[in-house]
This record gives sequence, C-alpha cells and structure tokens, in this order.
Amino acid sequence: MKQLMLGNKALARGLYEAGCCVVSSYPGTPSTEVTEEAAKYDEIYCEWAPNEKVAMEVAFGASLAGKRSFCGMKHVGLNVAADPLFTCSYTGVNAGFVICVADDAGMHSSQNEQDSRHHAVAAKVPMLEPSDSAEAYQFAKLAFEISEQFDTPVIIKMCTRVAHSQSVVETGERVEQKTVPYQKNIAKYVMMPGNAIRRHPVVEERMRKLTEYAETNAVNRVEMGDTALGVITSSTSYQYTKEVFGERASILKLGMVNPLPRKLILDFAAKVEKLVIVEELDPIIENHCRQLGLTVTGKDVLPIEGEFSQNLIAEKLGLAVPESKKLDEAVPGRPPVMCAGCPHRGLFYTLAKNKCTVLGDIGCYTLGAVAPLSAMEMTLCMGASISATHGFNKALGKEGEGKTVAVIGDSTFMHSGMTGLANIAYNQSNSTVVILDNSITGMTGHQQNPTTGYNIKGDPAGKIDLEALCRAMGFSRVVVVDPYDLAECDRVIKEELAAGEASVIISRRPCALLKYVKHNPPLKVEEDKCVGCKSCMRLGCPAISVRGGKAVIDTTLCVGCGVCQQMCKFDALKA
Amino acid sequence: MTKNIMIVGVGGQGSLLASKLLGHLLLTEGYDVKVSEVHGMSQRGGSVVTYVRFGEKVYSPVIDKGEADFIVSFEKLEAARYVEYLKKDGWIVTNTQEIDPMPVITGAAKYPENLVEKMGEAGVQVDAMDCLSLAEEAGSAKAVNIVLMGRLSKYFDTIPAEKWRQAIRECVPEKYVELNLKAFALGRGE
Repeated sequence: MKQLMLGNKALARGLYEAGCCVVSSYPGTPSTEVTEEAAKYDEIYCEWAPNEKVAMEVAFGASLAGKRSFCGMKHVGLNVAADPLFTCSYTGVNAGFVICVADDAGMHSSQNEQDSRHHAVAAKVPMLEPSDSAEAYQFAKLAFEISEQFDTPVIIKMCTRVAHSQSVVETGERVEQKTVPYQKNIAKYVMMPGNAIRRHPVVEERMRKLTEYAETNAVNRVEMGDTALGVITSSTSYQYTKEVFGERASILKLGMVNPLPRKLILDFAAKVEKLVIVEELDPIIENHCRQLGLTVTGKDVLPIEGEFSQNLIAEKLGLAVPESKKLDEAVPGRPPVMCAGCPHRGLFYTLAKNKCTVLGDIGCYTLGAVAPLSAMEMTLCMGASISATHGFNKALGKEGEGKTVAVIGDSTFMHSGMTGLANIAYNQSNSTVVILDNSITGMTGHQQNPTTGYNIKGDPAGKIDLEALCRAMGFSRVVVVDPYDLAECDRVIKEELAAGEASVIISRRPCALLKYVKHNPPLKVEEDKCVGCKSCMRLGCPAISVRGGKAVIDTTLCVGCGVCQQMCKFDALKA
Repeated sequence: MTKNIMIVGVGGQGSLLASKLLGHLLLTEGYDVKVSEVHGMSQRGGSVVTYVRFGEKVYSPVIDKGEADFIVSFEKLEAARYVEYLKKDGWIVTNTQEIDPMPVITGAAKYPENLVEKMGEAGVQVDAMDCLSLAEEAGSAKAVNIVLMGRLSKYFDTIPAEKWRQAIRECVPEKYVELNLKAFALGRGE
C-alpha cells in the first residue's frame, strides 16, 4: 500500500518486514520514533534501555543468539555506544545486527552537530545513508542482508530531514527469518588480545570486500544528465541537489557512505567536466575524492556548519535564488520555554534565588538556563552535571561546596548519572545533587525509563527506587521535595548546601504534560489587588504576561500549579 | 510544478494535525507529497515550522526563502517571522491571535503592533481572521488548525470542499469529526 510515512516510521517498517526480532534503544531526537514505531509490532521485542551502550550490547547479544536485532540512537548516543561498536566490528555478528544513528545538522534539538560518518570510518563498519522514507524502508532490509553476508554490524545513518520528513512508501509483508543457531566460538567472540589480533585482519579484509560491493551494488547509483557538471552526494543533500539541478547535472548518488567506492567515483569523474561534492557537515566524501587525485569543489564553497537547503546550494554554486519579501519590523524571537506548570520551574527559581552555581545536564530542564531564570551555567553531555560538580568542588573545596549544585533528570540519571554519583560516594566530595524526577523522559516526547515503573508498551515493569539506590551508595542525606512548594524547596536547598556531607535532593512531581496528571482550573488575576510589581513574571511562565500594567493569565495555558501565587505578596492570583 | 505550503505557529498549537490532513488529502489527489516537521526542543513553546510540498515529483523536503505559495500561520507574530519565505505572489493565511514570546514576557522586547497592516504595506497578500473565536464557536479552542484549513481550502479551485471534508473524516478521531467539520465550514465562511 502506498502511504505517506515519516522516515523513522518507514525505517521501523523495514525492520519489521526484514524479520527483526529484538530492538533495544535509548530515545534521542531525531531518532526516537524508529523504536516507538517498532514497538507497535507484536512480532518485535522492543525496549528502552537505560543508555545507548546498554542498548547496543543488548542488540548485539540478540544477534549472537541468532535473531535479527536493532538498536537506535541519536548522534551523541553513538559516542556512548562507541565502546561496544568498535569491538563488535571485530567479532562480527551471528544473525543480522543493524544500528541506526540519527544526526542533527542544524542542531534542532542537540548539543553539537557531529558527523556520525566518522564513527563508521573509525570502527570500520559499513554505513548506509537513505535520502527519503522509501530508502529508509529499503535500506533497513538491505542492512540486514549486508550484515549477514559480510558478518558485520551495519549502521544506517539518518538525519533530521530524513528522520522527520514524510514521503511516499510502498510497504510489503514481513518475512520471518530462521534463528541462526548459536555456536560457541571463543576465537571469534572473546576479544582478548590473542583473539583480537587475529580478528583485525578479518576486519580489513571485510572492508576490502565491502568496497568491491560499493563499486557495483545498486545502493550507489549514477543518474546521468548534463555532463558539464557532476555532483557526488548522499542523503538529503541529494534531494536538494535534484531540486536545484534536475537533469542539468549528472549525479552520483551514494547510498553507502562507508566504505566509499573508488572506481565508481573515478569513472563518474571522467565523464563530467566539473566535479562538486555536496555533503552536509564534514568533507568525508570530498577528502576521499582528493585522495583519489581528483580536483573537486566542496567545502571551499559549501559550509561545514548547519543544514543545507536548495537555496543554499544554488547560491553557493552561483545560481539565482528566488526573490523574497522583507518586513521592516523587528520580530522578537520565540525560543523554547519550560511549559506552564513545569515542575522544574519552582526548583530552578529557588536555585537562582539562592545564587547557586548550577551545573546542568541534558533534558527539558536545560531550559533552566534561559531567561528570566538563567539558573544553569553548564550543560555538556548526559550525566556530566554530577561528575563535573564533583570536579568543581574538588578544585575549589569549601568555596565551591557551599553553593554548587548538580541538576539532572530522572532518565538522564539512569543513563549515566549513577556512575558520577558513585564517584562522589567513593572519592568523597561534599557535593549537592538534585535529581529532577518528573517521572518520564520529557524532551524526547515522553518515553518510559527505569524509574517510571512502565515499559515501552506502557505495561507495568520494574521500577528503580531512587531513594534506596542513593542510600545504598552511601548517601545518608537523601531528601524528597515537591518543586511546587517554593518555601520547602528553599529550606531544603539551604539546609543541604550547609550540610557537612554530600546529599541528594529528589525534586519529585510528574511532567505537567503527562496524560494522567490532573490539572487545576486556571488561576485568575484580581485586578484591584494586582499592583503590577511583576514578581510573578520572574518565574518565566509562558502563561503569565503583563498588559496595561497588570498581570494577565492565559487560561488556555495555565494548569493552576499555584507556584506564581506563592510569588505574589498582594494575594492577587486566585484559583 | 511543485506547490509549497508552510504551516507555522507556536509549539503545542496543533500544527501536526494540519499537516497530516494536508498530506493525506494531497496524496489521495494523486500528488507526490513531502511533509517535513521538527520534533524535540522547539516543540516546547518555541516557533515551529512544518513544510508541505506537493507536485508531480517532489525532491527537497523543505521550503526555502521566496518559495512558499502559502504560509498558514496559527499566530500573528509567527506569520511575520516567515514573510521572507513567501513567493512573490504567495498568500499568508493567518490567525490573528497573539501569543507573547518569552522576550516579550520578560520585557526584553515588545510585541509589534499592527502587524497585518505592516505586512500589507510591504506588499504581502495577507488573509487574516480570528480563528480562535471561530474554533470556540465550533466547540473547542483546539480546532484553530481546522478553521485555518477551511480558509486555505478556498484557495484550491481544483480540490472540491467535499474532498477536504472526507480527509477530515479520515484523519480525525470519530468523536471529534462533527466538531472539526463545523470548524472547517466556519473557516470557509459557510
């Protein structure tokens, strides 16, 4: 059936039809929907793992057991999973093993815009790169075939514009795969030096064979048009190139970006007068072409940073772009904000009020850094809040310990905050850690995690008790606060920062967007009482604005959390 | 020739249903269609954009500056923000609702006045209406998206209104069909 499908959903459909049996992933924009969609098929066992490293190892284990398996993650997640990746390249697979990594050029929802192709090159594993939903669907199936034919994990690299664009897909039926019997093979699967030394040449030989495959397989294709200009491209850059040039250029469209073909590129180059490489982020195809001795145009005119588009390519290659209208008016920006009723707000307000140095982490609460709260001073990667706070305090001693706070979400804590906390328990700094427990993985769109008590399908699952976990690590000061209660938050923050030992504060209240969370009626402003002091505005709640010198509540946004009421000295905000 | 519709608004306003409806309708009409969305951080009250492109064969999933035949906007400031994306003879179809962005809430910036008039003065064709009132009249403030679709449908001579209504029936949960059909009619001025 012909249907419009999100790239991620199409990839999930490909996994399903390829007979994939086990999926383990960690959510991350723009990769999340692959696993959410796969979980809708009863034939596939799906789970959210605590982090990408665990997910990849789970999927590897399933492959070892003889079932086609998959794990998905965003680009920075592949850094976390790089350890198993580099060595399962050596072991190879039993049944097909496919990894999806979704890059985020343009950083729509990421802390950097690294190019994941480097991982494929460095780990010496093949990488496929679809350019639309139909290819995401086809490449998922092809990836399993390559994985089994060449005894290798295969990476499918998505990007925001392929993952989150819908285009037409024609689907088929699932083909069940026979379980590949597991056979004990210590030389292949136990990567200690004596064995790994023998596996490395196997990896090199595999790359040679994969290069031959890349020379002739239809995954890479030539579309001859006008030969004055030849373009080598892949992924969404192919779509922009076609949009700009149509038949006015010849195109070598690469579906496999590691390893890259040699003869195919040289033959193509020989047929065109000028050769341009159109690739987002780093010049990987370009450098390969230069190594082949070709003269090419690439990053000398096209940017390394950010996303491409049709106009960008046209302009940089000297073509006209459409005229556009301009408005002679400063349009204020609209950055993302913490939602009305967000439980993180009260806690961040308290931290800002106490002039704490807040080292933060990855999640919705990263928005604590945004004005007017401006209550976070560092965000690096998953889990870094806790470990960096320990380092900060070790460097500054008492000067840091009395005011430095690590802030981390429940899911991020399970992902890689626990190890940082173990370090504080072990190496003993007087650090204060706040776990913002909103009972869900928020930013990526509400995925369950090991602290929520539910699995990916919403069924009851194991639930890790954060208080018990922290106590078991040796923290005697473990306090739970309700972030809607500003006075209590203030008391606890002051008390724990003053304490002579490390402590964990669990700021607990479910995300206001969760369906089961009951909202109170929106608050009203009593105009005669409001003096326009703007105290309530210091919370940065999107439901409150000031019009005509008085506070106004947007009743479509307000969930009646009551935090602003606690800010008002004039009792002007009423339920 | 590829046609381009941009849907812009504030994260959480319901632009995903509008693009789902358009995608479904245009695919049924036999076009090649691409719809591009952005998920993640910007959905938290930020400025959000969805691109809908259709034609015989569509390549790029995004709409660039000077390319949009229509900009359908859920909020006035967002319409103004994307004026540059409009084609020379394109139309902006916008809700007149104002939602203050954080820089306005904190007092760092002012919400510009008379935006519809200013867009008109800049030579932009603007079709502005109070979609929120019409949505409330239809039965829910959340139906702003379908009110806008009703208005947009007036610009498509080749696709009969009944086809749009059929797409609504196929895209909306059954219990909300009636409400949305009413919102659609109000958007069309029927």
